[in-house]
Amino acid sequence: MKILVCISNVPDTTTKITFSSDNKEFNKAGVQYIINPYDELALTKALELNEAAGGGTVTAIHVGQADAEPNLRKALAVGADDAVRIDAAPIDGFFVASEIAHYAKDKGFDLILCGRESIDYNGGMVAGMLGELLDWPSVNVITSISINGGEAHLERDIDGGREVLTAKLPFVGSCQKELTEPRIPNMRGIMMARSKPLQVLPVAANTAHTQVATYAAPAPKAGCKFLEPTQVEELVHLLHTEAKVI
Amino acid sequence: METTTKKQLRGGEFLVKETTAANIFIREDFSEEQLMMFEATKDFMKTEVFPHLPRFEKGDYALVESLMKKAGEMGLLGISVPQNYGGMGMGFNTSMLICEEISSMTGSLATAFGAHTGIGTLPIQYYGSEAIREKYLAKVASGEWIACYNLTEPDAGSDANSGKTKAVLTPDGKHYEITGQKIWISNAGFADVFIVFARIEDDKNITGFVFHKDEVTGLSLNEEEHKLGLKSSSTRQVFYDKVKVPVENMLGERDGGFKIAVNVLNAGRIKLGAAVVGAAFKVIGFAVQYANERKQFGKTIGTFGAIQQKIADMATMAYVADAALYRAGQDIEDNQNRLLAAGKPEAEAKLKGIEEYAVECAIIKVLASEAMAFVADEGVQIYGGMGYSADAPMEAAYRDARISRIYEGTNEINRMLTVDMLLRKAMKGELDLIGPAMKVAQELMDIPDFGAEEDTSYLAQEKKVLANLKKATLMVAGAAVQKFQTKLADEQEVLMSLADMTIQVYALESAILKTEKLAGKIGEEACKERYEMTVNFLHKAAEICNKAGKEAIYAFAEGDEQRMMLLGLKRFTKVAPENLKNIRRSIAAKLLDANQYPFA
Ligand SMILES: Cc1cc2nc3c(=O)[nH]c(=O)nc-3n(C[C@H](O)[C@H](O)[C@H](O)COP(=O)(O)OP(=O)(O)OC[C@H]3O[C@@H](n4cnc5c(N)ncnc54)[C@H](O)[C@@H]3O)c2cc1C
Repeated sequence: MKILVCISNVPDTTTKITFSSDNKEFNKAGVQYIINPYDELALTKALELNEAAGGGTVTAIHVGQADAEPNLRKALAVGADDAVRIDAAPIDGFFVASEIAHYAKDKGFDLILCGRESIDYNGGMVAGMLGELLDWPSVNVITSISINGGEAHLERDIDGGREVLTAKLPFVGSCQKELTEPRIPNMRGIMMARSKPLQVLPVAANTAHTQVATYAAPAPKAGCKFLEPTQVEELVHLLHTEAKVI
Repeated sequence: METTTKKQLRGGEFLVKETTAANIFIREDFSEEQLMMFEATKDFMKTEVFPHLPRFEKGDYALVESLMKKAGEMGLLGISVPQNYGGMGMGFNTSMLICEEISSMTGSLATAFGAHTGIGTLPIQYYGSEAIREKYLAKVASGEWIACYNLTEPDAGSDANSGKTKAVLTPDGKHYEITGQKIWISNAGFADVFIVFARIEDDKNITGFVFHKDEVTGLSLNEEEHKLGLKSSSTRQVFYDKVKVPVENMLGERDGGFKIAVNVLNAGRIKLGAAVVGAAFKVIGFAVQYANERKQFGKTIGTFGAIQQKIADMATMAYVADAALYRAGQDIEDNQNRLLAAGKPEAEAKLKGIEEYAVECAIIKVLASEAMAFVADEGVQIYGGMGYSADAPMEAAYRDARISRIYEGTNEINRMLTVDMLLRKAMKGELDLIGPAMKVAQELMDIPDFGAEEDTSYLAQEKKVLANLKKATLMVAGAAVQKFQTKLADEQEVLMSLADMTIQVYALESAILKTEKLAGKIGEEACKERYEMTVNFLHKAAEICNKAGKEAIYAFAEGDEQRMMLLGLKRFTKVAPENLKNIRRSIAAKLLDANQYPFA
């Protein structure tokens, strides 16, 4: 199969998030970027699907600037055959989706996989928008996928249970944790990444629908209060007046 | 890879020559590809090793064996094995970086990895015939076959060339029959490939052989040793009873085994440095996390100055060892590449390339293992009672750290080698120690120059102290050589002192140049704590040089000569007063805020 995997570049999970003094920008200085963990699942699953099918190609695509290229090369090291970077500073989910759709529309992909959301802005919109823009089916938060002939057999978690569905190829799927375990690139893969193509393309549609006005950091967590097991009345009092939960 | 226009110092020359920051390599110079390998190794450790930490303390040899296989599948066992033998063909410093990470969480895996990729692989790679390399190297690099190295015997430890194991040629001249006893053999319990040293007839030196255990008879193993640490690293005695090995399986030449052992140990020593530096980073991380969590007297213990001081000193030692490690590692790699480019065969280029820096390898072995000893000890202390508990990570770290001062040549042996090899280089005319030593002796007679204007540029004062510590070392070394001449080898205490001084010089220079180079890259402000660690270490280095120098001088000089040398030593080990308390607080604050060792 010919599979396209969307790769987002996100701050490492241990990053201390701070904003500029006017709260309009996220401070990027000194921040380590990683491949969005859900996208790593998408990439791994794409490789597994092709391995199961006995062949195919995986293209990794990223909409963003050159500083994300190390992570695209990591995708190549993990096993993608080639990588594409749309050279733009992405503004919102629609911006990203329309760039990817523009790239993908005439390339004959059987499948586009992405993460359920990026762990930085948590938009979770790209898969749905891609489906709409390409006029393909799109399924969110997949926990299992197998492909037989031209049809995909999918599972996803729903409130209190599981949904099993089928979709005709080509389609867009967004990946959830249970789907697979992310693959660590091996040393040979890392060395092979050297010679795999990484294509940089100019931005095409260049449209966004939203703009960030300001950011705000969450209120700091209050410290824990410890009470003796005998202080039941005090507990009720505090839950009522301080925590305001009863 | 880096093309080298840099001016490389020869091995040992650091003692008599200056070099610049641009000429040394620092870990922040690693390329994206090298870092990707490092990150992948980190992920491997996080998923495959970290979740099982308690199992390593319970004699779970099978776990280590399975991890070695997995590491092999990842390509981690063949980092610097040439590509045409199934390896990755990466340079020496890359192999150190991978070793650092894979060795960082438990001594059991560190030892299995070190024994396999170092002493288990290099004799084959460097001394094996084409046929031997064809047969063994790819399988060892992939981990399909695990290797062990059989040198030590009951009566031949530090004196490794004195082994009694015999190799007797069979009447048909086709085989050697090996008979003897080897002890302390890492990986023996699950190894496929054995490298063994034995003596043929009354040869002066031992001879190396390699074989696959399924192809011989007469080989047997003792039970696992009961050890202080490395509880899941297989360590056994190996008995050889007429083990028949084809003559073609000889490594290098007859009578050439001791040379193999010595040369392979150069790599082993510096890589042990990498291993313990990795472990130190992790132990410091645990210590800092604990200091941020544990509360006493209503505050986290990390707010106490006594704890901050420990954290700062631990970080300082790790920083300095790290600086020395990759500086020497790249010097070795560049030298190997230089020899390759000059048309030397692969194995010869690799061997000669590292041999040049044998002094630095010995220095780093001692420096790093003792830094780790300090870090592990203070790590236990920061954990308090929990440091003594097998349910917290410090207890195992403390026990596992202990071996690194013993194997790959004890630290005493490495200290003596440091001085011995320097003097040999001087004798052979490879290194001019005499000239500079005489100049220092002359300087002692002169009136100190107070007129010179203070250089206020970044790290200039520290470099001045460094230059003086070199003088102090040369002064004491020069006088000791003059005094004892060929009998110096019998004055081991003096050798220990000289080694201590030499080690401090190399360590301090590495730290200063690393800080300078990095400040040039990311700015002095971003290097504030690194600068402070450099200053913190400088005071320690000067103090050690002063103490070691004094003891040496007391041992061989008297009267006026003694007085003059002591005055000189005082002058050369002088450092400007510094509020080290504040410096250490600042360093500790950075670590406590990052909740880990943040400089690697
Ligand atoms: C866990 C473990 C794993 C090991 N793995 C291997 C392995 O895989 N393969 C292998 O071949 N060996 C291995 N060894 C052996 C190791 O290399 C030796 O233990 C080490 O070289 C020291 O030798 P020794 O034990 O005989 O000590 P000794 O040589 O007896 O030393 C005892 C003490 O005397 C000192 N000393 C010795 N000679 C001198 C001298 N000339 N001047 C001053 N002081 C001196 C030493 O520094 C030390 O303090 C391993 C050992 C251990 C404990």
